[in-house]
Amino acid sequence: MLEYLWFPHDISTFGPRVDFLFLLIFWIVMIVWIAVMVTMVIFMIRYRTKPGRKAEYIEGNSRLELVWTTVTAAILVMLAFMSRSTWADIKEHAPPGDVFYAVNAKQFNWEMTYPGPDGKLGTKDDLTLENEMHVPVHKVVRLDLTSKDVIHSFFVPNMRLKQDAVPGRVIPVWFEATETGQYEIPCAELCGFGHSGMKGNLTVQSEEDFNKWLQDQYAQSK
Amino acid sequence: MSSTAAVAAHGAHAEHHELGFMRTYVFSTDHKMIARQFLFMALIMMAIGGLMAMLMRWELAFPETAVPGFHWMPEPYMYDGAIPPNTYNSMFTMHATIMIFFVVMPILVGCFGNFLIPLMIGARDMAYPILNMLSFWIGAVAGVIMTASFFVPGGPAAAGWTSYAPLSAVPIYTGVDWGQDLWCISIIILGVSSLMGAINYITTIINMRTKGMTFFRLPLVIWSLFITAILLLLALPVLTTALALLLFDRLGGTHFFLPSGGGEPLLWQHLFWFFGHPEVYIMILPGMGIASDIIAVFSRKPIFGYRAMAYAMIAIAGLSWIVWGHHMFQSGMDPALGTSFMLTTMVIGVPSAIKTFNWLGTLYKGNIHYTAPMMNALAFVSMFVIGGLSGIWMACTPVDMYIHDTYFIVAHIHYVLFGGSLFAVFGAVEYWFPKMFGRMMNETMGKIHFWITFVAFNCTFFPMHILGMGGHMRRIYNPLQYDFLKPLQGMNIFISISAFVLGAAQFIFLANIIWSLLKGEKATENPWQANTLEWTTPIHPGHGNWPGPVPVVYRGPYEYSSPEVAEDYLPQSRLIEHATAAAD
Ligand code: HEM
Ligand SMILES: [Cu+2]
Ligand SMILES: [Cu+2]
Repeated sequence: MLEYLWFPHDISTFGPRVDFLFLLIFWIVMIVWIAVMVTMVIFMIRYRTKPGRKAEYIEGNSRLELVWTTVTAAILVMLAFMSRSTWADIKEHAPPGDVFYAVNAKQFNWEMTYPGPDGKLGTKDDLTLENEMHVPVHKVVRLDLTSKDVIHSFFVPNMRLKQDAVPGRVIPVWFEATETGQYEIPCAELCGFGHSGMKGNLTVQSEEDFNKWLQDQYAQSK
Repeated sequence: MSSTAAVAAHGAHAEHHELGFMRTYVFSTDHKMIARQFLFMALIMMAIGGLMAMLMRWELAFPETAVPGFHWMPEPYMYDGAIPPNTYNSMFTMHATIMIFFVVMPILVGCFGNFLIPLMIGARDMAYPILNMLSFWIGAVAGVIMTASFFVPGGPAAAGWTSYAPLSAVPIYTGVDWGQDLWCISIIILGVSSLMGAINYITTIINMRTKGMTFFRLPLVIWSLFITAILLLLALPVLTTALALLLFDRLGGTHFFLPSGGGEPLLWQHLFWFFGHPEVYIMILPGMGIASDIIAVFSRKPIFGYRAMAYAMIAIAGLSWIVWGHHMFQSGMDPALGTSFMLTTMVIGVPSAIKTFNWLGTLYKGNIHYTAPMMNALAFVSMFVIGGLSGIWMACTPVDMYIHDTYFIVAHIHYVLFGGSLFAVFGAVEYWFPKMFGRMMNETMGKIHFWITFVAFNCTFFPMHILGMGGHMRRIYNPLQYDFLKPLQGMNIFISISAFVLGAAQFIFLANIIWSLLKGEKATENPWQANTLEWTTPIHPGHGNWPGPVPVVYRGPYEYSSPEVAEDYLPQSRLIEHATAAAD
């Protein structure tokens, strides 16, 4: 359904939950919008001016106002409660990761650091690449997101994922890809004249391909 | 000073005036002249802001190609007519800054606040006429400084109208030096001007209402301006503080927002949006008031649920202080805080919905006259509904994660600010033109302008929702750099063509103003047969507004089609003998 609404193809495990909420709101909004517009147009046509006609003197109707206030409030508060858990699962409780990256944003590149065989970031065997991130499919990938200079925003449209990278803070981010392929990582926060074009490449591979790629990278960096 | 003494003092000075040209047209203390000054300043700034918009739309439709007719622009602003990235950043920064601070606020608050408050509450002028004059002239200085920043080395500010630190705090991050300083200084000065206005409006509305004009007999437009003034009074000092800190970081070597010295970038965002969200309502509340008045007049009916409308505006204003975090869901702020801001944001949707339903209720069983002001007011309602509904997606934190900083936001902004505020401005100018200038505006030109604007507006901004759903980031100067955006380029071209039509249509409005000023049909005293007090003054009210005593008010502002009288209107100041006992 959302693909028809121009959404990029989703490849993350939490994407469908985001899309569900989008669609839920879509239908609610559509119903409300059509109802309001149809009412308005009907009133506009029926009550257009006619010679000799006088408008009816109506000052209001408290009962009616009470009804539409409570109904609106109930729908909106319900939406907030329905969104809560999805949000918490994506941004608060990251599952334990299988693959780790330190992502350091800078004007105007993404610096992706893979921890190397020891699995620890900040050691000598770290592997740092500009704008290149490879991850295995169906694995939980965890990023420690930060920035060297200004605020950038890590955005993967195909995963419905976005998180600002803020200098001075390390923000944990996670995702799990469900399909292999090549995807783009634009920067979504204005970060200077190179903002447009600050773009990383995300390659989601099978686990074997991913390991092979890693070996190649190590061989090259020696 | 008691209001009778003020009236007497004013009456006296209105008698032996004979003010010179300067005192009448330039350094005037008459609220009506100051209103006109704000109007013309804002129209000039609108042309500049609009030009920026057109250039942006050229760039987005035909990235990195020369703009026809712009070869003369010197480097580094343009390269043989092609817009480089930094210029693009400057353009959307200045476009938004100018439209917000120098178009919408000066017209809605500066112009109509000034013009309507004394006339509608039955006062001879603002409480502090000299402060009022200063408010305009200080605002004009701010405008000159902002415009001057186009011409300094390095060009104008390029960090967005939100000026997020650290980008805005260190010149090498943007390549802009003086431009950003001037931006800060200009807005600080503008803040001073707005504060003066706000104090004046609040004092005037509280103290100078005429006899019988209780709070619940105020027209809703006055309610909206009153609430707006309170918001301005409380919000602007926060912005001024933030801007002062930013200037210290830029020029004084401090590190309020720079992590390198222990500062906190998110502090800027918190301060900015603590101002910025109320600011959004500052720009829409007067529009709501204007639309309410115009819709009541041309439906010939009382506003449906007058008190609910006033309370809804108070609720919006109150809630506007606890929703700022919804601009920061993806900023790295604690996600738990995000959840609470989501809840408050959803709740603020309720009073907006109340207002919408009440506007519909006002149309119900009315006798609707489709004049140009009415069409713009109805467009305000329907466009505001779209802008309000698209806000629900943004309020939902997980969905915001996807659409934040995309064209979905740009669509939303424009539905609220152009579709909302600006349509209200068109309506207001057309509706109060006879009072401001003594002549009617041309209806035919008004309707042509309305229809082209309405259609082109929707063709321009509605598809932006779809761009946003496709993931199109905002503030990028070349969408073709991304593979996933290439299929959307056709839509970008369509949007730009619509935008050019939209921009061109505004010349009709301008032409209508100029033509009507010179040749428009002479207005009668109450051309729309409205109830409110501004229509009880002479065609060209002098300084002091009413030649005789100020009118006394006997009833609410929306007694249209009242069964008590044969006509379909009943001015607030008209005394009906048998009703005198009930008055006061
Ligand atoms: C013909 C009319 C207009 C057109 C074609 C237009 C076009 C645009 C475009 C293309 C952007 C996005 C820039 C970007 O993200 O790269 C933008 C941003 C914006 N516009 Fe307009 N605009 C128009 C009128 C207005 C009006 C009347 C207002 C306010 C009253 C306004 C307020 C804004 C604001 C606040 C932004 C946000 C800038 C940002 O992202 O920082 N615009 N406009
Ligand atoms: Cu960036
Ligand atoms: Cu960026």
